Amino acid sequence: MNYADLFRVTLPETMLEIAALLVLVVDLAFLRKAGLRVRAAAAALVGVVGCGAAAWAMSATGGAALHAGDELLLAGGGSAAVAQYGILALTALTLLLLIDSVFTRHVGEFVAVVLMAATGGLLIAAAQDLLVIFIGLELLSLGLYILTAFAKQSGRSAEGALKYYLFGGMSAAFLLFGFSYLYGLTGSTNLQGIMQVIHSAKGANAAPLLLVSLVMIAAGLGFKVAAAPFHFWAPDAYEGAPAPGAAFIASVSKVASFALLISIGVAGAYASGTSNAPNEGFLGPWALVVTVLSLASMLAGNLAALAQISVRRLLAYSAIAHAGYILLGLAFFSRSNASAAAILYYILTYGLTTIGAFGVVGVVERATGSDRMDAFLGLHKRNPLLAVVLLVLFLSLAGIPPLVGFWAKFNLFAAVLSVGAGPIAFALVALAVALSAVSLYYYLQVLKRAFVMPAVDNSAGKVEKISVHPVTMIVLVAIAAAVVVMGCFPALLQGWIAGFYPVT
Amino acid sequence: MLAWMIYLSFAGALVEALLPKGRAGLARGLALVVAAGGLVIAALGFAAGAGNGRVTIVDVPWVSSMGIHYTLAADGISLVLVLLTGLAAVAGVLFSWNIELRVNEFFAFFLALIGGVYGVFLSFDVFLLFVFYEIAIVPKYFLIAIWGSTRREYAAMKLALYSFAGSAMVLIGLLAAYATAGSHSTGLVQLGQAGLPVHFQMWAFPLVFVGFAILAGMWPFHTWAPTGHVAAPTAASMLLAGVVMKLGAYGCLRVAMSLFPHGMDPWGFSFIGIGSWRDVFAVLAVIGIVYGALVALVQSDFKFVIGYSSVSHMGFVLLGLMTLNQIGMTGAVLQMFSHGVLAGLLFAIVGRMVYDRTHTRQLAELERMHLSRRMPFIAGAFVIAGMASMGLPGFSGFVAELQVLAGAWKANPWWTAAAGVGIVVGVAYTWRALQKAFFSDVRPTAEDHPKTGWHDLGAITWPEAAGFSLLCLASLWVGLYPRILLDAIEPAVKTLLAGGGQ
Repeated sequence: MNYADLFRVTLPETMLEIAALLVLVVDLAFLRKAGLRVRAAAAALVGVVGCGAAAWAMSATGGAALHAGDELLLAGGGSAAVAQYGILALTALTLLLLIDSVFTRHVGEFVAVVLMAATGGLLIAAAQDLLVIFIGLELLSLGLYILTAFAKQSGRSAEGALKYYLFGGMSAAFLLFGFSYLYGLTGSTNLQGIMQVIHSAKGANAAPLLLVSLVMIAAGLGFKVAAAPFHFWAPDAYEGAPAPGAAFIASVSKVASFALLISIGVAGAYASGTSNAPNEGFLGPWALVVTVLSLASMLAGNLAALAQISVRRLLAYSAIAHAGYILLGLAFFSRSNASAAAILYYILTYGLTTIGAFGVVGVVERATGSDRMDAFLGLHKRNPLLAVVLLVLFLSLAGIPPLVGFWAKFNLFAAVLSVGAGPIAFALVALAVALSAVSLYYYLQVLKRAFVMPAVDNSAGKVEKISVHPVTMIVLVAIAAAVVVMGCFPALLQGWIAGFYPVT
Repeated sequence: MLAWMIYLSFAGALVEALLPKGRAGLARGLALVVAAGGLVIAALGFAAGAGNGRVTIVDVPWVSSMGIHYTLAADGISLVLVLLTGLAAVAGVLFSWNIELRVNEFFAFFLALIGGVYGVFLSFDVFLLFVFYEIAIVPKYFLIAIWGSTRREYAAMKLALYSFAGSAMVLIGLLAAYATAGSHSTGLVQLGQAGLPVHFQMWAFPLVFVGFAILAGMWPFHTWAPTGHVAAPTAASMLLAGVVMKLGAYGCLRVAMSLFPHGMDPWGFSFIGIGSWRDVFAVLAVIGIVYGALVALVQSDFKFVIGYSSVSHMGFVLLGLMTLNQIGMTGAVLQMFSHGVLAGLLFAIVGRMVYDRTHTRQLAELERMHLSRRMPFIAGAFVIAGMASMGLPGFSGFVAELQVLAGAWKANPWWTAAAGVGIVVGVAYTWRALQKAFFSDVRPTAEDHPKTGWHDLGAITWPEAAGFSLLCLASLWVGLYPRILLDAIEPAVKTLLAGGGQ
């Protein structure tokens, strides 16, 4: 490793940091007297340009990897690149939805924190070393705590952030503890190095300790992806955070964390491919732990969502359920790229959909002052276009074809079945499909209020229209259109993702 | 050319959704044009393609990494059902001419549903079929929940969850079949030839069959059907009973039975005379026939009578499929057509022609209204539709049920005997409903007079007359000259049976 290489490989991250600083400068130095709307627009614009620049930097460096000696520090290309492009795109969308937000006067700081958190996301998407992973995770997490707490006048925001922070601190401690065991067992902090030692004869003696370490790591990362039973922060954070912050937590942070889980899976699969007993060593215990998380998340998320009356909490529990499906893909991880591609497809489209969903919730919330389901009453009359966007996004989350959410589930479950052909994999997939039938119920509860039940009249007996900022509306319609188009032509995104992997 | 029905319907739905509010006349006219266009294409396609075997319409890769193709094709069975869908669509638009609430949205959902149904009947790739099958679920929910009546939200949610649970079972089975076959194609034909192991078929067949049969109203998974039919607005009841239940039966035939033919093999042991999945489902079908008829006999709500009669009639379809012989399966497909037309007709009379004039469906209240004298056309219409539904010779139901019973006799005479009971009860409940609703001579009491009101019940409008004539003629035509459909159905069934599937 030399510093020129380091600079070249981390150019996208650098771009984001520069953009974050620029946002602060522009906001604090030049626009002090300007109105909130102008400042928000300027900050979002700089942020989006920063994301674009980072994406350009990524394509310019061509997915180079960073090595320290012969150990891989940051992966280039493949899953990491897909996740990084996804993070940048989703960050830009989140920023665009910020434009007409009124929850804070400090928009510059908000955008800067978003960009720095996204930097952390980029790092962990590529990180192959425990230390880099930990630093990236902390960079991301700290940003998320701040974002959650950003609506200062709201007590919920503070409550959500505090819960998030306390859980986060604890889970980081667990993660670090697990990492230290892993290092003690293998003498390496590099993922591939660790896996190789585990799969060698020396690792075979350490099985019980390895399991302890994996449980600790699963607790830490399970917190990041909001997998049950480490999900308790999610409903409160989703409910309290300002809408763009919640969208960011639900999308970008998820993409980054799942990219990290993919890295672990790939390293494990890579090492086990060379060993004689592929299910011994790392992948066996890891799959066990992840399966337990997956099962718990699918059940807890879907069942708890049934009882929610707040749409944000509903989205939080549905996020837990979706994390459960994805973890199933990680538990049955293939040595080829099929699993990684299916998981990335799922998480990217889920992130896109959920940003749109939080965008709609944010708009409705501003008009009615509430995110209760009853706030959506008669939405089809109050803003037909917004109602249609909501319809598309929620049906996609429920996995109804021809929307993209269906193909995401479909790819993922097909990948699971192609790896684990046994009765256990089959039973888990059957459970997941059955639970997504259950999920239709709670999504329909919201849609029912938007389309079926009459609007509540105000005192004058007229239905109040909901007006939406044009940029917000364009972004939301574009997201809904993307969900439909990618659903009708699922090969588009699949082909794009497949293009990042070497042809086998 | 046939594929254009799908695109036409979806495009129509999109345009309807974008129409300005308050242009009800335009929305109706457009819906009629789109539905009629679909019917014309279906009729032309039927005339051109009947008896030609399977004709591929379009076949392009869709999701190449999974081997999913966008394959549309048509054989005799598809053509008959597509024709039925066209008829039901036109009649449905005609019988919803009086809808005034959110007209353009109503027709948008209506046409989207029709488009999905056309898609299912023409798909020859299992996952494409599944996609169209699921597309049809959502419009159903909104049609019932927004424009429905009695307990509409409950009924709509129940229908949506039953459908989605059924399709989840189907999806699990299909995914497992795809993974087990290991072939890189999801075409119905290719997957059918993949040689799935018998032990796999043994559990995949009941899973997928039940998943589809839920929508076909198979006992004991039928409970969505009466509540859904009763709650739905007239056009939606017509579509639900007329074509959506056929989706289920069609899925059973096209997917479950042709992909997993060995799932119907004997288990090797038998328990109270039941020795295979085929016996299980045949017995369930027979129970459905008798149970639906008996329950229809004691309903106090006119629409529930028709709702349960649908369960009974769909039992014949499933029984016909389970005979696994030429005549029984041909009868099953013919019964799909026949019931589609007749159920549409009955729901139109009860839900639109009678209810919109009397504002009640309670037989006890209708009894006091002397409808046969005040609405002679409607009474006459119900007599005709009722006779057709009973299975009187000359109407389509007779030919279809006769064939099913003949096929069932070959397979197992006891099935025929039990189903025969259902037919007798069928006569009884139709007769009872007819007598109570139209020809009762109960004197109205003094206090009934102002309440039920001897106000003018309104003349028959042209859309009603046109819709009635269309469906009635279709049933008569097939009843008098069944060959026109049989010539298309028989070769297709023969191919299905010969290939042990495809």
